Amino acid sequence: MARGDADQKLDYPLPAPTALEPPVEWADLRGRCPVAPVTLPSGDTASLLTRYDDVRQVLSDPRFTRHLNAPDAARIAANESGGVFNGALASAMPEETHQQWRRLVSKWFTAKRMTRLRPGIEAMADRLVDAMVEHGAPADLRSMLGFPLPVWVICDMLGVPETDRDRFAYWSNTLLSLTRYTQDEIDAAQAEFRAYMADHIAATRQDPGEDLISELIATSESHGQVLPDEALLATAQGLLVAGHETTSNMIGKMVGMLLADRRRWEALLDDPSLVRTAVEEALRMDANGGFGIPRYITEDAEVGGTRVPRGTTVVCNLSAANRDERVFPDADQMDLTRSPNTHLAFGAGSHSCLGQSLARTELQAVLSVLLRRLPSLELAVAPEDLARVDGLVVGGLQELPVRW
Amino acid sequence: MKVSVDEDKCCGAGSCVLAAPDVFDQRDEDGVVVLLNAEPPAELHAAVREAADVCPAAAITLRAAP
Repeated sequence: MARGDADQKLDYPLPAPTALEPPVEWADLRGRCPVAPVTLPSGDTASLLTRYDDVRQVLSDPRFTRHLNAPDAARIAANESGGVFNGALASAMPEETHQQWRRLVSKWFTAKRMTRLRPGIEAMADRLVDAMVEHGAPADLRSMLGFPLPVWVICDMLGVPETDRDRFAYWSNTLLSLTRYTQDEIDAAQAEFRAYMADHIAATRQDPGEDLISELIATSESHGQVLPDEALLATAQGLLVAGHETTSNMIGKMVGMLLADRRRWEALLDDPSLVRTAVEEALRMDANGGFGIPRYITEDAEVGGTRVPRGTTVVCNLSAANRDERVFPDADQMDLTRSPNTHLAFGAGSHSCLGQSLARTELQAVLSVLLRRLPSLELAVAPEDLARVDGLVVGGLQELPVRW
Repeated sequence: MKVSVDEDKCCGAGSCVLAAPDVFDQRDEDGVVVLLNAEPPAELHAAVREAADVCPAAAITLRAAP
């Protein structure tokens, strides 16, 4: 095979021709080298998975663990600690207590609860669109809507002040660094973040409210074995980061994809009932989904007919799997009516995204509001001139310049 | 169509409730799936199939009714 030979390792992440298009290697890798050796930003080696079935299998198989702090697991990021996947947040909780933990937190993210939040999310999106209209075109939809909306939602759920959002963004970005920040910068930012959240938890303990952290504190007092203080802190930090970073990026990418070929936008204007399937298709089509999900295996296994020896770190590329023609007919075509849409944008298995109903609700809400308020919306730059967020484990657009 | 759910596998993502709210719900206390109707009427079959297909934990099983 031409690419992916052991002596011809690709550097990962792979470069892409534009911010919205996939790397050209994906199709070839899926076809000919579904378990491809790659060199990570740390310099360590991993095996890249790009086929849908393989990614789904690995994410659903508990033998492929999240223990990337094992001595022979690959470090991911370029800084010494290896970044978020190798760090304490990912490993603070033993696998056995994960399900108990997940069920404690899940009650806050049920589909019904998220549906009840929707009117409030739409009202906030309306206010942010008001401010964007007042600012006038062209405007950056990322900074004026895509970023502040999910931050507001998760801050409200956690009971932390939204006015600190620029600090949260910096702390998130350092936590999610792949190549952007040095170890010293990351350590300093994470110490601040921990101290901030520990203070917030202590203050909430004194004066509890109706928010998620207040409830988790109450629960941890009766379930100390599931939520010791360290896990409570990691949960609060993890939810704050996960609650805004990925959704903020996805709002920009979704609107960017829909406007890049404006027939898509017009189809939604003609039939707004397509919003739900359009959101799913945007999640599937997102070629700029970030690093992917690494897993580490402690016994020999087989993936897609290839032997994967113990000690291997595999990287599941969700975006590449979502373009697999074996599962999605015309996988490179954006079909706003595609259903069912079994994409893996939220992962799969017992660790699949806890907040996926929230993310779906936010994406549907923001798209509905934009269609209603700014039907003439269009990109203010050519799609190929959109710039990617670089150097983080999450993928996004730096800006989304629009006019209307 | 006969529907069954595996509560132990369920990861509480709620995608079944979004796809077929007449057939699936989640427990308030932990988000685990609640099956509202194990033998849904024909007009709900497409939505139920979608719910089973998109379940991230593959916790929903469909069988042909006997």
